[in-house]
Amino acid sequence: MSEQEKVDNTRRNLIVATSVAGGAASLGVALPFAASMLPSERAKAAGAPVEVDITRIAPGELAVIEWRGKPVWVIRRTKDMLDSLKAVGARLTDPDSKQSTQPDYAKNEVRSQNPEWMVMEGVCTHLGCSPQLKPADAKAEMGADWAGGFYCPCHGSKFDLAGRVFRGAPAPTNLVVPPYTLTEGKLVIGEDKETRGA
Amino acid sequence: MGAMVSRLWAWFDARMPSVAEQFKIHASEYYAPKNFNFWYFFGALAMLVLVIQIVSGIFLTMHYKPDAALAFGSVEYIMRDVPFGWLLRYVHSTGASAFFLVVYLHMFRAMLYGSYREPRELVWIFGVLIYLTMMGEAFFGYLLPWGQMSYWGAQVIVNLFGTVPLIGPDLALWIRGDYVVSDVTLNRFFALHVIAFPLVLLGLVVAHILALHDVGSNNPDGVEIKKHKGPDGRPLDGIPFHPYYTVKDLVGAVVFLIIFCAVLFFAPEMGGYFLEHNNFIPADPLLTPAHIAPVWYFTPYYSILRAVPPLFASQFPGVMAMGIATMILFFLPWLDRSPVKSIRYRGPYYKWALGIFVVVFLLLGYLGVKSTTVWGQFKDPWDVLDTKEIATWVARICSVLYFAFFFLMPWYTARDKVTAVPDRVTG
Repeated sequence: MSEQEKVDNTRRNLIVATSVAGGAASLGVALPFAASMLPSERAKAAGAPVEVDITRIAPGELAVIEWRGKPVWVIRRTKDMLDSLKAVGARLTDPDSKQSTQPDYAKNEVRSQNPEWMVMEGVCTHLGCSPQLKPADAKAEMGADWAGGFYCPCHGSKFDLAGRVFRGAPAPTNLVVPPYTLTEGKLVIGEDKETRGA
Repeated sequence: MGAMVSRLWAWFDARMPSVAEQFKIHASEYYAPKNFNFWYFFGALAMLVLVIQIVSGIFLTMHYKPDAALAFGSVEYIMRDVPFGWLLRYVHSTGASAFFLVVYLHMFRAMLYGSYREPRELVWIFGVLIYLTMMGEAFFGYLLPWGQMSYWGAQVIVNLFGTVPLIGPDLALWIRGDYVVSDVTLNRFFALHVIAFPLVLLGLVVAHILALHDVGSNNPDGVEIKKHKGPDGRPLDGIPFHPYYTVKDLVGAVVFLIIFCAVLFFAPEMGGYFLEHNNFIPADPLLTPAHIAPVWYFTPYYSILRAVPPLFASQFPGVMAMGIATMILFFLPWLDRSPVKSIRYRGPYYKWALGIFVVVFLLLGYLGVKSTTVWGQFKDPWDVLDTKEIATWVARICSVLYFAFFFLMPWYTARDKVTAVPDRVTG
């Protein structure tokens, strides 16, 4: 009985050593398989800046530009639209964009370099759907206090015309403002002084 | 002729006796309780649907192209030009919904009669794993037609993983293989849908059935038939699975197939619930459709996701609530502290709890296919709330009740007024 229970330590150590080595080898073999699912060089290369002619965008109009496979909105805001931003402040989650992502030159109430031109990614910060423009006259659908903004059809998040999220929505932060360079009549999305310097 | 066949069988049996042996263990000498009722059809039916899905899937693969530029067109090609291609596709899409319907009823049966209780915890755990694998399989498959709902559904679900603190964004990137849902994503979802997950599913089904046959089936009375065995060692209240239940299940299969075919031929889109209208529009990465909802079998969890407001500037709490809502199922065998298994002998607490749970689950499912504005808004005195949408608040209350069913279970099942359980099955 006790003879059978006696442990042969040399054998046990060998078993432990081979198990550890085998386990490490398995992980090593699994790694290239898992890594093959990361973005390929081709996918990584497809992220160049996009140049847009903005002279053809009329006041109050929204243009959708594709950048890195994502929709980027360029909105030429009217005075009414800019005024609406002041009125909604109290109902926002992050009115001063403290927890949101934007370049420093867009970290203000209107969230843009030039108040007239709003540039932001049309991608909901909740789970990535693209919200829809609901103008101020969509009150029947959006409620009497609606002053114009965006509505995400996936999970019901609402944003104002600066992409700031309203409270009570599942989206936690304001819409992302990408780096951009705005010059006379021309907008380059994906590039600014900072990114060029880097 | 007959002599030839029996000689051939004898030749085979002498060389591979395990076939006859396994047939005995799992069919002709597997003793199942004699009092199985209507609710016991759905396990066999789930296997039938699995076979339907595998067969129709193989034939669809022969015509489908997993390429973002070609996928949508190849599905239309299957629908219009491939002989009986429309049939293959509708069988597969109707089968997906049928699979979930049958499995939901199968799970409900387990909750009715306590089939997850000791000693069947492993049977239940393998079952929950099957359910989760099915969800993955359905999700991967839904991207393949490359329609608007395919695209945006994948976008949302992959981003669910992106909300996990710290590793989230890298995890989502790894799943997609690109910075947005793209051709790369479609290609790998195809691989996962046609081979990886089906293999896992089949393995889990085998484990589920082996685990079941080791401990024996539960029954509507929740009593152990192995406690009373005859002199031959067979349970007195048991009957051989084959031929008794194979024949019974055949009747169930026939009725099921009649209903299945009725849907298949007369309402394959099911008014947009089985095949969503927006999915007949090719994927557009710049435009989310005006009304987006997952397919019906995911909507209860989708409602829970939508009901939770962001906390600490993160949408992760909602995602976590949805995750917990599915993962909690694993713990059911240990949450239930009732001295009896079957609903027949349980007291009012559990009966009410299960009834409310069913209503809540259906209501969450209904709200999930509708917009949050479906029931309008509360009037002005409710301004203090973060949202005035009535549907959002109903979903919140239902979400709380959903979790209460599980988290309060140890309390209410232990205190319930149960009645005496008979010694033998009652028929």
